[in-house]
Parts: sequence; structure tokens; C-alpha cells
Amino acid sequence: MEQPIRIWDIHGGIHPEENKHQSVQRGLETPPLPKRLILPLLQHIGARSEPVVAVGDSVLKGQMLAEASGMVSSALHAPTSGTVTAIGPAAFPHASGLEEWAITLESDGRDQWTTLQPIVDYRQLEAPSLLEIIRTAGISGMGGAGFPTSVKLKARPEQKIHTLIINGTECEPYITADDTAMRYRAPEVVSGIEILMHILKPDEVLIGIEDNKPEALEAMRRAVGDKAMQVVSFPTKYPSGGEKQLIQILTGKEVPSGGLPADIGMVCQNIGTMIAIHDAVILGQPLISRVTTLTGAALSRPTNVLALIGTPIRDLLEFAGVQPDKLYRLVMGGPMMGFTLQSLDAPVIKTSNCLLAGTRDELPPPPAAQPCIRCGLCSEVCPAALLPQQLHWFAMGKDYDQLKRLNLFDCIECGACSYVCPSSIPLVQYYRASKAEIRALDLQQHKADHSKQRFEHRLQRLEREAEQKELERQARAEKAARMKAAKEQQAVNAASVSGEEQPDVARLEANKPTGLTADQKQLKIAAATAQMALKKARKQLASNPDSDELKAQIPELENACEQTQRAYDEALGETSVKTAPPPSSGADDEAKRLKIEAAMIRASLKKAERAAGESPTEEQQKEIHALREQVATAEARLPQVDTPKKPVDENIKKAKLDAAMAKAELKKAERSLAENPSDPSLQAGVEGARSKLNDALQKVEQSEANSTVPPPARERVDKKPIDDTTRQLKTDMAMAKAAFRKAERALQDGPDNQQLEAELTEARKALDSAAKAFADHMASKETD
Amino acid sequence: MSVVITAILVLLILALIFGAILGYAAIRFRVEGDPIVDQINALLPQTQCGQCGHPGCKPYAEGIANGGEPINKCPPGGESTIQALADLLDVEVLPLDAEHGEEKPRTVAYIREAECIGCTKCIQACPVDAILGAAKQMHTVIVDECTGCDLCVEPCPVDCIDMVPLPTTTQNWKWDYPLPPQGLIATDRGAL
Repeated sequence: MEQPIRIWDIHGGIHPEENKHQSVQRGLETPPLPKRLILPLLQHIGARSEPVVAVGDSVLKGQMLAEASGMVSSALHAPTSGTVTAIGPAAFPHASGLEEWAITLESDGRDQWTTLQPIVDYRQLEAPSLLEIIRTAGISGMGGAGFPTSVKLKARPEQKIHTLIINGTECEPYITADDTAMRYRAPEVVSGIEILMHILKPDEVLIGIEDNKPEALEAMRRAVGDKAMQVVSFPTKYPSGGEKQLIQILTGKEVPSGGLPADIGMVCQNIGTMIAIHDAVILGQPLISRVTTLTGAALSRPTNVLALIGTPIRDLLEFAGVQPDKLYRLVMGGPMMGFTLQSLDAPVIKTSNCLLAGTRDELPPPPAAQPCIRCGLCSEVCPAALLPQQLHWFAMGKDYDQLKRLNLFDCIECGACSYVCPSSIPLVQYYRASKAEIRALDLQQHKADHSKQRFEHRLQRLEREAEQKELERQARAEKAARMKAAKEQQAVNAASVSGEEQPDVARLEANKPTGLTADQKQLKIAAATAQMALKKARKQLASNPDSDELKAQIPELENACEQTQRAYDEALGETSVKTAPPPSSGADDEAKRLKIEAAMIRASLKKAERAAGESPTEEQQKEIHALREQVATAEARLPQVDTPKKPVDENIKKAKLDAAMAKAELKKAERSLAENPSDPSLQAGVEGARSKLNDALQKVEQSEANSTVPPPARERVDKKPIDDTTRQLKTDMAMAKAAFRKAERALQDGPDNQQLEAELTEARKALDSAAKAFADHMASKETD
Repeated sequence: MSVVITAILVLLILALIFGAILGYAAIRFRVEGDPIVDQINALLPQTQCGQCGHPGCKPYAEGIANGGEPINKCPPGGESTIQALADLLDVEVLPLDAEHGEEKPRTVAYIREAECIGCTKCIQACPVDAILGAAKQMHTVIVDECTGCDLCVEPCPVDCIDMVPLPTTTQNWKWDYPLPPQGLIATDRGAL
């Protein structure tokens, strides 16, 4: 049937009284349905499950109550149908006696299943989906530690698992849960193993069972039949059932210190876990019950039960006929590794394999510890080949570095050392306390590192923010300075322009190519309008990028814009051939520059004087003085440049001056006449002023004619007498232009302002229409 | 006489050679940063509470390394930190300087949220960004990030922050050490 397999031995080990026969007499019983179930959210190693039901919800048997809340976590299901009555701290089986968050379920007695989804043929499924089924079924290791099974199965994804080991050792005295499970549910166990084989595809499957369970061995051998797994029997010794010890017994290999069995290509699973996997995959039932041993001399009928998870311990003990007067100590787990329960209200959880209700004779209070006599028995029995005596000394001295060096964390807390100690030293308690202390210190160190990192990041962030603020401040200061400079420049420009008595419109016109025909003008306006429309559309698209309509518009507008621009350029090209722009003389430019300079210096001088006010400080005085000197030099340079350019005859100058004065007079008279058109005296005044002006102009012409200096190439033969309509139109245009400028400036100061934008568009429109009207008018005049 | 001169010359040449080697090594194997400060900083509890009188743990570490600050000014670290620092620096173990506070069990800040007015003052005070909230919104403490440094308590204008000790749960519960063995000899027992 099977070839005999070699078995290795482990270091140490003990042979305590087994006491297993008491609980295997009655088979596997089912206790009555409990009225109330307490389902702790932390029945496994890892993060608490996250409740998915609320207080008052009615749930069916097998319905999920809480889901896994992280990678290493497990789900929780209702073991029977009923109502959720509480979610909060409740009694919990723990050495500390502390409470733990739990869902309390009041049973309705109907035990009604929810809809199950069994897998018809799991061989069709891939490993990940089967692992997901195992995960959602809330299966965690049922041997004692309670590590979530799906996580354990894929703990080392890069390492191929070549050996699957099923742990049916159950080496601890009193406990017979796995024994009973194998005796009565062997086919399910084997089915669960087959599912695992499908997931892991191991080369070898070993089922390890101690030779003190002949019935279980027989049942398993029958169930396995000729399947590709081997049932291995080996001599009874405590603690062969430790995961690492069992691996060593069956394969002769040792799991490295601090490592996992998966590191050497092995996985070890408990018998109870196999049944849970079978139920989850084949039947679709989540993990809601487990086999638990009820034993101890305080029970009148010790037995094994299929207990619902969450059943209060009191209920189970009553089922097993507890004699309260005899019960001295109630232990969850076995006598070697279990812990004393402080409350009978605590429930059975997924890892509860045994309840040991001991009498005083059975579990006597530990004798007082005596000093260590260095007999060395403890190191002889240690299954992990540690030095328990040394660990004891260092644990007493709290020398954690030494404890780590002596591999304290390889201790499986089996209790063999305490069992053999002639001085009754509670060695395991020392190790557990030291381990907890070291873990707490590690956690604290980890937290300190984390805090340090957060602190440093915070400092960096603050620094970054300060830097950002400084940059923004600088940018603002720069902008303000620029604005100020621009304003000054404007003032200077205004001063120089007003010095030349150049009207605004004329200045603007000067920037444009002069001498445009009516056609050209029209074309230009059309081009400008097209461009504006395009710009506007683009802006709208930017603020509303999903509009298909706008997207379609843009190319059209681009096209139109290009066309109009081309037409204008062509028209312009025709004229520019005819009238080349007058070359500007270098001297003119020089004079202009000097003028501007002088004006600027004058402006700053004025400003300085204003700032100084009545009582200038010494510094200000100095500054003003310096500026004055600068003005003087700048002005001195001006005529030097000017004189050679314009040798103006004194007579002409005088005549011109007279003419200008006459003109001003005429204007003034005209203005007053406009205010009071019916006043005859004013009319006479205007007439007089006009004739005076004519005289003056004649004089200018005469003196020019008389002058030896050749008259300058006169661009302005006479200022065309402008008719009222033209003037009106020009003024309108200038005003529109000014309004447009103003709006533009306002928009620059406050971008993203809808109102301002609207105003700007409005102003632009007004300007366009004014310009067009003016152009039309001029065109019509030219044709006259 | 010439022997003496020869000896001096030889020693001089040797001195120059070794000096050159040392000078080269000093540049070639130059240690960046100040490792001792980092080592001291790693031992401090990083609560950034400032109870030592320095603005954070690292400045205190610098103070110990460079300014000769005593090692007993860290109440959150307590005896174990003093012990670790003494081991590292090979100095005498000192009792905790009571002037800077006493060793207390670890606490975390707790904001009574109903009373919080959302002033953000505690957020600005927190050295590890463990307080969550915004102006005129209720604030709360991220318990896992709180170092229990106390710094948020003082700025709170409505005094709604308490320092509460961390509750013992099944997660952080620790096994007790067994009671020390009773002396076998009568005089030992008497001494105890």
C-alpha cells in the first residue's frame, strides 16, 4: 500500500501522562443550539474583522457578519440564524481576561441556512479563486495560532511548495479534537487535502499522526486509499505537533530561525482546517463550527462536540455535565500550553480546540519556585535545542539583547522545560513576558522612527511653505515695482506728448502705416475683427474645453482670420510699392531719445521735489540738486542736436509764435461761441480771431519766403480745416479707444473677472464701430 | 655625529611619509555628517515634546553630542533611554532630572470633539501632524500617530484636549514576569 517512510527524531521532548481516553468514549456529539452567541472580531492573528451588519439586523445561518479588514485578516459568519443584539466589547477567551469587540447574536431557534454556493467541480477553478473562497469563508488555522489560511498558503509566492504536511499529531495531553475529527470525518479531511493539492500542486503530501491514535490512523488510511498522499505514523512524544518539529520529524529538515516553513518549500496545515476547507469549497459553508474537546475531571461526561463558533463556554460545560464544586481551574487549550480562563461567559472561537475543566488534584496550584540549580534538564528536553537556563537568567536580568542572541523567539512555549524543572521555575512565563517586552520595545522603536520621519517631513513642509511664501512676496513686490515704473513711464510719455501738443488720436495714428486707402482700412478692420473673434472663441474653449461647438468654430475662425489678414496684406503691398515709408533720419531719433531722457529726468525731479515737500531732508536736497544738474545737462544737449537740424530764422519763429497764439485765441473764441451760440459779440470775436490767425499765417509764409534758410520739407502745408462731423467722429474714436485701454488695464490687474472681460469686449466693439464710422467718413470725403 | 644626523634625517623622512599617508586618509576616508548625533537621536523616543528644553529630539541629541548636555533630561524616554545613552556614550547613568518632568505612562491626546471650535491652533502645534481638521471644522487626533508630547494641550483656547493613557487591549497586553523566587535561606527571606 505504501512504502515505509523514514522518520527523523527531534531534540528533547517529554512524555507526560496522556489522559486522552476520557474524552473519546462518546464520539462526536452535537450540543443543543445556544440561545446567545458571542462572535469576537479577533479570532485570528492580524487585523480585526470589520462588521457588515448593524444591531437589530436579522441574519441567516452562514451569512457574513464581518469581513476581512486587511491583507492579514479573516471574515466572520453567523453560526445560526437570529438577530444581532449588540456590537461591542464582550467576554473573550484570553489569558488577560480582557474583553474584545464582538458581535452578539440572539438565536431564533430555526437554524435556517442562507443560500449557499457550493462549487460543483473545484478542479475547474484556478488557485487564486479557490484561495478567495477560503478567504471569504473566514478560515484561519484551527490548530492554535489562528493564522488566516489563505495568507499562509501564499506566504511565499516565489517559493514552490513541494511538500504539503497535514498535522494530525495532537501531541498535547487531554486534547482529542483532531483525533475525533479524523475518526468520524476522515473523508472530509481527505477531500480538503485534495483541494489544497489542487491549489499548491505539491510533489509530496504527508499526513503525520502519532501512534497513540490507532483508530484515527486506520480511518485516515481507509479514506486516503490509493490517493497520492501518505499517512505517516510516528512515536508519541510531546511536542511533536509543533509545526517546525513535525516538519523535522517527517522530512529531517529544519525551518530556519525566524523563517517560515514556506522558506524551505513546505506548508503545514491542521486537520480541522482541512475539514473547514472541504466545507467551504464542496458545500459552500463558511467556517461556523469546530470540533472541541470537553474534558477534565470536573466534567461528568467528557466528550468531543461539534461546537458552533461563539457558543458560550458555560453552555458547553453544562452539556458535558460540569460539577461546579469540583471545578478548580478552567483551561482553554491543553495543560501544557493552554491558558486559564477567567470567565465562563467567554465563547468558543476558531482556535479553541479544548476546554479542560480540572479539579484541584488534576491541576494543582504551581509549587513555589526555587532557585535554579543549573541541573540542565531543561536544555535536554527543549525541542528547539535552546538553552532555557541561560534564557531564564537573562530574562530575569531583562537583558533583551542577550535573549535575542540566544534565539528566544525560536521558543515555541511548549512548556517542556517548566515540566521537567526540579525547582518548579515557571520558565515559559519568563519567556512569554520577555517576548512581549521585546515586541513592545520594537514597536516603540518602530513608532519612534515613524514619528521622526513625520517630524522631519513636517519640518521640510514648513520650510517649503515659507520658501513659497517668500517667492510669492518677491513676485508681488516685483510686480508692484513694474507697475510703478510703467506708471512713471506713462507720465513721462504724457509729458513729452503734451509738450508736442500731439493729440491722442494722432499719436495712435502715427503707429499705424499712414496713407491707407478706404479699401485697405476696411480690410484691416475686417482682419482685426476676425482675429478678435478667434481670440474670444479660444478663450471660451479654454474655459469650457468640452464644447464641440466651440471646437468646430475655431478652425473656421482661424480660416477667416487668415483670409482677411492675407487680403489686407495684399492690399497693403500694392500701396507700399507706390509709397515707401519715409526713411527716418538718425538725427531725428537721437533728438527724440534725448528729449525723452530730459523729460524723464524732469519728471523724476518733479517727483523728488514733491516728495521733499516744504522741508526736504538733507538727502532729498542732495537728490534734487543732482537731478537738477542732470536736467540742465540734458537740456543743454538738446539744442545742440536740434540746432543743426532746424536752423530756424528768428523772424519765422516770431511769426509762427504769433500764428500759434492767434490760433489759440480763435479756438477759445470758438469754444465760447459754442456755449452761447446766440451771442453776437462772441461771433464777432470769432471772426476777429480768425482774421488775425489768417494774418499771422500769412506773415509766417512771408517770413519763410524771405528767410535765407530753406523752408523745411513741409509735411503740414496746412492743417486741413476739419469739418464738424470728422472731429466728432475722431473724438468718439479717441474716447472709445481710451475706454478700451482702461478696460484692458483693469483686466490686467484683475484677470478672471467675468464682468471686466465683458466690459472689455463691449469697449472693443465700441472702438471698432467708432473706427469704422471714422474710416467710412474719411473714405466718403476722399471720394468727394 | 654623522650617526645622529643620519638618525634624525631618517626619522624626519619617516615622519613626512606617515604624515602624508595620514593626510591622504583624512581626506579619502572623510566621514560625512556626525554619526554620533544620529546614533543618539535613534535612541531618543522622538516624541518631539521639548521637555528637555530643546526644540525636538535631534537638537537634544546634538546638545548631548556637542554641547555636553546631561543625558537625563528626557522624561518620555525614562530610565531605559538614559541607560541606552549611557551605554552608547560610555558615561555614568544618571537619575532622571526631575526639573524636566517625570516618567509617565504613555498617553495620547484626545480632543473632546463637541467642544472643539476648530481654531487649528493644536494642528500647528503638533510636531508629527497627528491632528486632523480644518478652520472652523472639528479636529481629531490620529491615535496611532500621536506621540503623547503634550504640545497641543497648551495652545487650545477652550481646553478641550485631554491626555489619556492608552487602554490595555488584548493586542497590547503583556504577560507579567513571575514573582521572584522566595529565598530558601531564612536570612534571605528576612532581607526581602
